[in-house]
Amino acid sequence: MSRIQTTFEQLKTAGRKALIPFITTGDPSLQATVSIMHALAEAGSDVIELGIPFSDPSADGPVIQAASERALKNKVSLRNVLEVVASFRETNQTVPVVLMGYLNPFEVYGYQAFVKDASIAGIDGVLIVDMPPEESDPFAGLLKDNDIDLIYLIAPTTTEQRARMICEQASGYIYYVSLKGVTGAGHIDVAEVASKVNSLKAITELPVGVGFGIKDAESATQVGAVSDGVVMGSALVNLIYETSCKSGKSEDTREAILEFMGTIRKALDS
Amino acid sequence: MSDNRHNPSREEVELSGLPDEKGHFGQYGGRFVAETLMHALDELQDTYARLKLDPGFQREFDQDLAHYVGRPSPLYFAKRLTEEVGGAQIYLKREDLNHTGAHKVNNTVGQALLAKYMGKQRVIAETGAGQHGVATATVAARFGMQCQVYMGAEDIARQTLNVYRMKLLGAEVISVESGSRTLKDAMNEAMRDWATNVEDTYYIIGTVAGPHPYPMLVRDFQAVIGREARQQCLKQTGKLPDALVACVGGGSNAIGLFHPFIEDASVRMIGVEAGGDGIETGNHAAPLCVGQPGVLHGNRTYLMEDEAGQISETHSISAGLDYPGVGPEHSWLKDIKRAEYVAINDDEALAAFHLLTKIEGIIPALESSHAIAQVCKTAKQMSKDEVVIVNLSGRGDKDIHTVAGLDGIKV
Ligand SMILES: Cc1ncc(COP(=O)(O)O)c(C=O)c1O
Repeated sequence: MSRIQTTFEQLKTAGRKALIPFITTGDPSLQATVSIMHALAEAGSDVIELGIPFSDPSADGPVIQAASERALKNKVSLRNVLEVVASFRETNQTVPVVLMGYLNPFEVYGYQAFVKDASIAGIDGVLIVDMPPEESDPFAGLLKDNDIDLIYLIAPTTTEQRARMICEQASGYIYYVSLKGVTGAGHIDVAEVASKVNSLKAITELPVGVGFGIKDAESATQVGAVSDGVVMGSALVNLIYETSCKSGKSEDTREAILEFMGTIRKALDS
Repeated sequence: MSDNRHNPSREEVELSGLPDEKGHFGQYGGRFVAETLMHALDELQDTYARLKLDPGFQREFDQDLAHYVGRPSPLYFAKRLTEEVGGAQIYLKREDLNHTGAHKVNNTVGQALLAKYMGKQRVIAETGAGQHGVATATVAARFGMQCQVYMGAEDIARQTLNVYRMKLLGAEVISVESGSRTLKDAMNEAMRDWATNVEDTYYIIGTVAGPHPYPMLVRDFQAVIGREARQQCLKQTGKLPDALVACVGGGSNAIGLFHPFIEDASVRMIGVEAGGDGIETGNHAAPLCVGQPGVLHGNRTYLMEDEAGQISETHSISAGLDYPGVGPEHSWLKDIKRAEYVAINDDEALAAFHLLTKIEGIIPALESSHAIAQVCKTAKQMSKDEVVIVNLSGRGDKDIHTVAGLDGIKV
């Protein structure tokens, strides 16, 4: 059983919801990312999504765009992202790690080379924002052969017919995008999310996580109540940025993460 | 049409029959976008497939091209340029004479009609030099649609005239501050807007790039250039041209000219990319000449990128060619060797700008000046009884400031 599957089975048995943080790799630095991952694990995160910086993040809002630009100033590449995961895995073999990014860096890396190196580094899944199932051949097959889950987005605009097709191709979990727009955007309509997640549950056994627009304990609790987990992205990326601006010390970043994510963990569990 | 079009072989039929159902031209094209946009693209594809066969829609489009754009545009024999070069007869396809001064309006008229038929009240666009932005603002004004144009902050500073023109036309120009603050970033921002407002908004992409069906439908709207040129050439010279030359930014004016000739194997097709400071310097915008296949802005195509797959910043004297990607159909035409792609440097384009202005009394856009520079090279190597058509994609009024500045003159 894959790490992602194991994690969701355990959560289900315990009657808990998954807390899934998203951070941009290499912001503020590669070394900091490894420490931040450990802090996230310590704060009770169930899956960690690592953003791969890209020059043209056309599905991201301003917060993650800016983080991506900062990471690119540090010359962070997909190869570096794999190194970060390998380093994290030296002391953590339990928390699943999912890479989230755009297709072009994978294309340049080479699909074959990537699946080989990703398996060695201890990566559990990938989510490629601009690779819909229609364009996933031959990458999807290679990922599957190497037991790396391929996670897909489903959006409010996705028709039921498409949702069925996507769920058939997906593994690990389904990432439901809570609103029309980009990461970090506006207000989510919890009732609408609930009804969409319910209809997804009717067509798939996969757990459904919800992301985009979850900012705080309150929105996390509301969305957690109607899904299997919540993804916390822009708010966390912003917190890491602000803390690192105020103080360069990794201990301060760790404390800030423990406090912020701790509050959300508690709210999700209550 | 009374021409000597030969019976195409099966293989050749497929040339003009592409893209396939999923928008692929060989390995290029396709639809690489976030899930939020997939349904809107399906809808657009279905609507377009229906309207393409709808005589009412086609009639309206043709009427607009005739009475609003001013088509057909002349195919003009450039006698003095031909004599100056001393080779093949050079004909200019005068897209510079269209309303708004470039080929861009052929596409925006078509897409605005699509938007109207789809009941969308708001249109958005990306723009580099501002030509596509102006062409979009123009049709939005005509149809009474709300219009927002995304433009890189760098380009806004460089193209103040077009920015003001768009504002006069009632459009809002939104400055894009992310990334390299140029055309590619404006396109990212337009895609973000579309994902957010997908229900009531139509995204008018300005070239034959983007996710399927854009490369196909923009090509179809621009193909009027080549259809006219083919007919005009047969009528004026009694034969098909021997070669076609056009500049390539995203590739819409080039594919518009090339496409109706794709099955005419005797017609050479030459696309001209921006060589900037010279290919060897790395400061250019010539993905077909020196790039690699990759994925950007919804399609697989040749790109300028670094060894980690990050998209490179580009350079060209002409903002309209300053783009790191290119339409997927060109990538495919390159690979199957149906078209050739070359690069012209900034200084060569500038010299061609002055040459055409002086000896033909036609001030070309800096984009088109790249094609003019190349047609001089190409024609020189051809015989005097041969014919070459160059697409004069736009007029140079918008570039007067740039050229004057380079000459040290303030206007
Ligand atoms: C006059 C002119 N020619 C050419 C181009 C390049 O675009 P494309 O390659 O799509 O024709 C532009 C773009 O702004 C333009 O304004």
